[in-house]
Amino acid sequence: MTIQTVDYTTKIPNNVNLTEDRQVLRALESWHPGYIDWWMDMGPEGFQDALVYLRTAVSVDPKGWAKFDYVKMPDYRWGILLAPKDDGRAIPFGRHYGEPAWQEVPGEYRAMLRRLVVIQGDTEPASVEQQRHLGKTAPSLYDLRNVFQVNVEEGRHLWAMVYLLQKYFGRDGREEAAALLQRRSGDADKPRMLGAFNEATPDWLSFHMFTFFTDRDGKMQLESLAQSGFDPLSRTCRFMLTEEAHHMFVGETGVGRTIQRTCEAMKEAGIEDASAIDKVRALGVIDLPTMQKKLNLHYSLSLDLFGSEVSTNAANTFTAGLKGRFQETKIQDDHRLESATYPVLKLVDGEIKRVDEPALTAINMRLRDDYTADCQRGLDRWNKIIDKIGVPFKFALPHVGFHRQIGEFKDVHATPDGTLIDDATWTRDKETWLPSSADGEFVASLMKPVTEPGQFASWIAPPRVGIDNKPGDFEYVKIAA
Amino acid sequence: MSETPHNAERPLANGQKRIDFQTEPARYRHWKLAVDGAVATLTMDVDEKGALFDGYELKLNSYDLGVDIELADAIERLRFEYPQVRALVLRSAKPRVFSAGANIRMLAGATHAHKVNFCKFTNETRNGIEDFSANSGVATLCAINGTAAGGGYELALAADHIILIDDGAASVALPELPLLAVLPGTGGLTRISDKRKVRRDLADVFCTTEEGVKGARAKDWRLVDEAVPGSKFDDAVAARAKEFAAKSRRDGAASGIKLTPLTRRFETDSIEYATLMVEFQRSERIATIVLRGPTAPPPNSADAMVQQGAEFWPLKLARELDDAILHIRLNELEVAALVFKSSGDPEQVLAYDRFLETNKAHWLAREIRLLWKRVLKRVDLTSRSLVTLIEPGSCFAGTLAELAFASDRSYMLAPTLPSPASGGGSGRGSGDNKHPAAIALSAANFGDYPMANGITRLACRFLADPSALEAAKAEREKLLDAERAQKLGLVTFALDDIDWDDEVRVFLEERASFSPDSLTGMEANLRFAGPETLESKIFARLTAWQNWIFQRPNAIGDEGALKRYGTGQKPAFDMRRV
Ligand SMILES: [Fe+2]
Ligand SMILES: [Fe+2]
Repeated sequence: MTIQTVDYTTKIPNNVNLTEDRQVLRALESWHPGYIDWWMDMGPEGFQDALVYLRTAVSVDPKGWAKFDYVKMPDYRWGILLAPKDDGRAIPFGRHYGEPAWQEVPGEYRAMLRRLVVIQGDTEPASVEQQRHLGKTAPSLYDLRNVFQVNVEEGRHLWAMVYLLQKYFGRDGREEAAALLQRRSGDADKPRMLGAFNEATPDWLSFHMFTFFTDRDGKMQLESLAQSGFDPLSRTCRFMLTEEAHHMFVGETGVGRTIQRTCEAMKEAGIEDASAIDKVRALGVIDLPTMQKKLNLHYSLSLDLFGSEVSTNAANTFTAGLKGRFQETKIQDDHRLESATYPVLKLVDGEIKRVDEPALTAINMRLRDDYTADCQRGLDRWNKIIDKIGVPFKFALPHVGFHRQIGEFKDVHATPDGTLIDDATWTRDKETWLPSSADGEFVASLMKPVTEPGQFASWIAPPRVGIDNKPGDFEYVKIAA
Repeated sequence: MSETPHNAERPLANGQKRIDFQTEPARYRHWKLAVDGAVATLTMDVDEKGALFDGYELKLNSYDLGVDIELADAIERLRFEYPQVRALVLRSAKPRVFSAGANIRMLAGATHAHKVNFCKFTNETRNGIEDFSANSGVATLCAINGTAAGGGYELALAADHIILIDDGAASVALPELPLLAVLPGTGGLTRISDKRKVRRDLADVFCTTEEGVKGARAKDWRLVDEAVPGSKFDDAVAARAKEFAAKSRRDGAASGIKLTPLTRRFETDSIEYATLMVEFQRSERIATIVLRGPTAPPPNSADAMVQQGAEFWPLKLARELDDAILHIRLNELEVAALVFKSSGDPEQVLAYDRFLETNKAHWLAREIRLLWKRVLKRVDLTSRSLVTLIEPGSCFAGTLAELAFASDRSYMLAPTLPSPASGGGSGRGSGDNKHPAAIALSAANFGDYPMANGITRLACRFLADPSALEAAKAEREKLLDAERAQKLGLVTFALDDIDWDDEVRVFLEERASFSPDSLTGMEANLRFAGPETLESKIFARLTAWQNWIFQRPNAIGDEGALKRYGTGQKPAFDMRRV
């Protein structure tokens, strides 16, 4: 690869007055080459020279944050953009409720804040690493462009977190910024920090499920960080959320188009029974029960990202005013929660019961419940697609006790409907609820690349409208010869 | 049960009536002991639901006294049941977690007395791990596979060698100060400064950084010895363990002896063991421990000692005394004074000391003496007034005489002067067949049983006058009467039977009337004259500071850090420095 020379003061889209900020410029100069190395090593494999029709955020006003053009990914203009500053903003929750939002890191919360930024930052490059092989099997140029868009934006999200680390957290921050480039998804020695970000993304259905479920966790985390009393973090996350919406769109429509294709194929072939898996698979589409299994997997892995049901850390970061609740400012309560309670599902004497916990320590649960509701709305839209075509099948979210590695249910087994079962039953039946290796092989067998503009693989329907309103046969990616 | 905010008495789990220090591997809930050739592995896998008290769960390999009782038991078993073991690996079975340290909810809800006794016992256990290395030649290797915080890292600090997984996440940490407003009280501060010699400014950074230090920096700062990537971690641990085993000078037999369960009978006012008895005079707040001398001469060979196994008198008595002391510490909080008495033939006790001296190269004899050393240290560190009564028929000789030297005072009954009225007399008890009160010294009193400060009780006793130590040494193996004993400075008072009852009674009544706190402080200061060691610093400096902090509202007040921990509410401190 070629070593790029970057004029840091002019080439990096930013609204943080980078030209004048010698401290951050210097830190960025030493971090940037490592970032490019990481992108070349761990970014989309085989497509670094392709011209991709990408949107780039060059400023935060509505006109500037989505500039579309062909760009080679390593030349993407990753920038540092924060939502505009609201001068009167007050801390919306916790013990500092009502005080002016902090523009600098309060010393007593520095370590806690840095940890929040590092954990968020670690997820951003992780998904790029998880998705790096997908280019080889993209079902269309449209989808190929979508994964790359998600990838470059996750790269920008990494930049956003790195900016905060370098700007506000001194030497420790710079070290953490460097460490974000050293950890690798799924690596035995330097894994990413959270479980779901070390899982493989073996195929496109997984990718779409991942962006639906796991990026949605990211959205919820960003939503709660967007409430932060530390204003630069809040502003950063608010802008990231505008990009995150697209990732969610890629996931939801990706799965939706897969469902649509399957249902249409079933109708055409006169198959009514969704459980006639072999017959459906013979049509070159993915049967609905297998999609339900993938859904079960990704949803349960994503629930783990919310942490333990009862969490001191979550309580501490809330009280400190660092991480709030989903739509904190729209909630009608005292925003301190010192005596409030919140119902939490727990394992009590071997039974799953709803228990009232102090609302402070149940902050994670509240966010997770909001997440579940958000997921359910997506599922409802998927079910509408099935309904409209007239196949008798319905997707459902599994119970929160199902397939968990973290929290209250990690040591027990439960069915997707929440019945506790013993180890033997779990071992016997788990492949009826989670993808088996045979399911994986079948899905993999459909993953044939389609690189003709306007063409789509057998298992997925075309989108209703193109990106940037481009026509159906638009060449979203010009693959280098 | 009445509950006051700072002194909530928690009920023991499963309806237990007392804290029992006896356990065995088959009953462990928190540790797995595995022996593979010369390498033993102790794997920490704390059962969340296995807490000693009701009201908290032992998440993330956090521990309470119950967990530590198993650890202490396991180390004893390695000493006696597995003499072939030459290296010990401490590790965790929990993925990405080594240990979160002492359970904070347990601490927040524990009585002050329980916190202090808990810390004392855990300190004794960690010192025991170090002693196992220093004196039995079994080095400990700690394999940290994830977060090792607070007491978790302090446990690691007791090891000779710490290997930390270098995965960008695992860290060692002492978060007590920033997180809980207390100190790392299980030797953490002392061991990072005195044992690992971490530079003081780096130690300052480390001890105020809640999240701790990872990987290469942890090694650079001397907090760990190696930082190894995950893929090489298990191999590195195995290789190191092998190295340590090869270097060990332990020359134990291929198989050990079985530490059979102690036979104890708990009555309302007494506990009956095989070689001792504890009697409680509750209204006087006294516990009398009567030790029984051997009933038979020592065996005629080391092999015969091995044959006797746990029945071998010095071993049996040491185990039972240890159990009795621990029982009183944790379960009999109102006892003000421990009164040591004994019955038996002092010549026989000396004979056992000679036997152990003759066979001191034998692994079992060595372990028995090391056990006595630790039990006697436990006595030194017991915060009750200690008094030894040397009466006719008693056998405070050699090893057992150490109890008199460990005591805050000793009283010895002197023969009564003949008076015209009573005719010839040799003191109280002259009516029965008991031999007159005597005390005797053996070689063991001059080196085998150093205190926490590194010197023997007699050396500590005679700090001002080394010639007094020499004079005592010259009297080894002799039965010394009260007059001689007092002259040599071995007892506090020699009293005849006219004064005896009253003097002893008044002393004990006076003792029971003083403030227990000031007594604890005074005794702890007077018991350990002389030099300081890592161990004495832990028990004196670190523990004293910690116990002060444990009483302060900043830690345990309703708005203090321990009380507020886990609620998400920030503690409110009284910001005046004291
Ligand atoms: Fe992101
Ligand atoms: Fe995303």
